[in-house]
Amino acid sequence: MTQEQALYKYCLRMGDDALIHSYRLSEWCSNAPILEEDLALTNFALDMIGRAQAILDYAGKIDGKGKTSDDLAYRRKERDFYNHLIMELPNGDFAYTMARILFVSIFEYYFFSELCHSADTTLTAIAAKTVKEVKYHMAHATDWALRLGDGTDESNTRMQQAVDELWAYTGELFETDDATAILEDRNIAVDMGMIRAKWKTDVTRILTEAKLKVPGDGYNQTGSGNGVHTEYLGHILSEMQYLQRAYPEAIW
Amino acid sequence: MLSVINDPEIPVVTIFEMGMLRDVKITDKGYEVIITPTYSGCPAMGIIEQDIKMTLEAQGVRPVTVKLVHDPAWTTDWMSNTAKAKLKEYGIAPPLHSSCNSEVFTNNIIECPHCHSDDTVLMSRFGATACKALYQCNNCKEPFEYFKCH
Ligand SMILES: [Zn+2]
Repeated sequence: MTQEQALYKYCLRMGDDALIHSYRLSEWCSNAPILEEDLALTNFALDMIGRAQAILDYAGKIDGKGKTSDDLAYRRKERDFYNHLIMELPNGDFAYTMARILFVSIFEYYFFSELCHSADTTLTAIAAKTVKEVKYHMAHATDWALRLGDGTDESNTRMQQAVDELWAYTGELFETDDATAILEDRNIAVDMGMIRAKWKTDVTRILTEAKLKVPGDGYNQTGSGNGVHTEYLGHILSEMQYLQRAYPEAIW
Repeated sequence: MLSVINDPEIPVVTIFEMGMLRDVKITDKGYEVIITPTYSGCPAMGIIEQDIKMTLEAQGVRPVTVKLVHDPAWTTDWMSNTAKAKLKEYGIAPPLHSSCNSEVFTNNIIECPHCHSDDTVLMSRFGATACKALYQCNNCKEPFEYFKCH
């Protein structure tokens, strides 16, 4: 694997994460429990779609075959997507969506904070912007974790259920592979071990404060690093890519 | 010529005052305008790109290409003082001067753009566009938007 190939994959993983999580959050549009929440979730989705666009455009440049972010979003098949599995899981109830934002945003906060020191200046610029946006996601999800966890019996039960179900998908966020090893040697990629420790500390603190139990570490779901996904990604893509597949050169 | 182009989301300020306009290059292929997006998902970017092309080409400056440059990243500190004053005039509280962005977690005092009272309260961190939060003034009771420091 060359450095370009490694960077291409690294960017696809980041870009696809933002794209697919954004897709899920946008499904809440007009369905959130209150108007303010509708605005918050769609604001997050917008942050993520912007991030996806910037990163996938960069991926297209690295690949050098003239692909735009749209080409990469609409014309890749499932096995060529590298988003982490947690992003593609269905929204579930509001607690489930919030627990996912909590886990993902804390991960992204530390990940992009580190990426600000990357040797790749395009990535540092995108990272600087992302950190500012992710802070809002993190603050918001933390508020809700506390409110639901330390709320009624019903809200606590639902939040705990969400935390327990999502837990097995969090380990994958910190996985490394050949691509990250090559990039780490060149000070481009982030040291995952360090981020994992910080993530665990924060998550433990927030869940404990929210009167929620921190699940024990056990089996972790994995596969997305090789393009192996849950059944849900195919369904997302069939909807998301429909127009470009039916009318391949369609533009606004 | 470019200084007449407004931000489509906040029509009282120009893209120049917002600090988005980075550079204009004249190459043998034409004119290249370099802009930096304000927020990652800002839906106004496409419209701004079009406005730049139409404004210049209408004046005979062509062909024009618009290039988005992300590095270095835009911050609200790039907004000129004129832009901040105009925002306030328009009823949007301008961002506090600070790139540190710690306001997510602490309750900063945001002055009401209508009656200038400091007695205001955060209603929602998220408003009608990605860049604004919702506040209400306890003095004049008016709701207002605050341009988030970024
Ligand atoms: Zn007032």
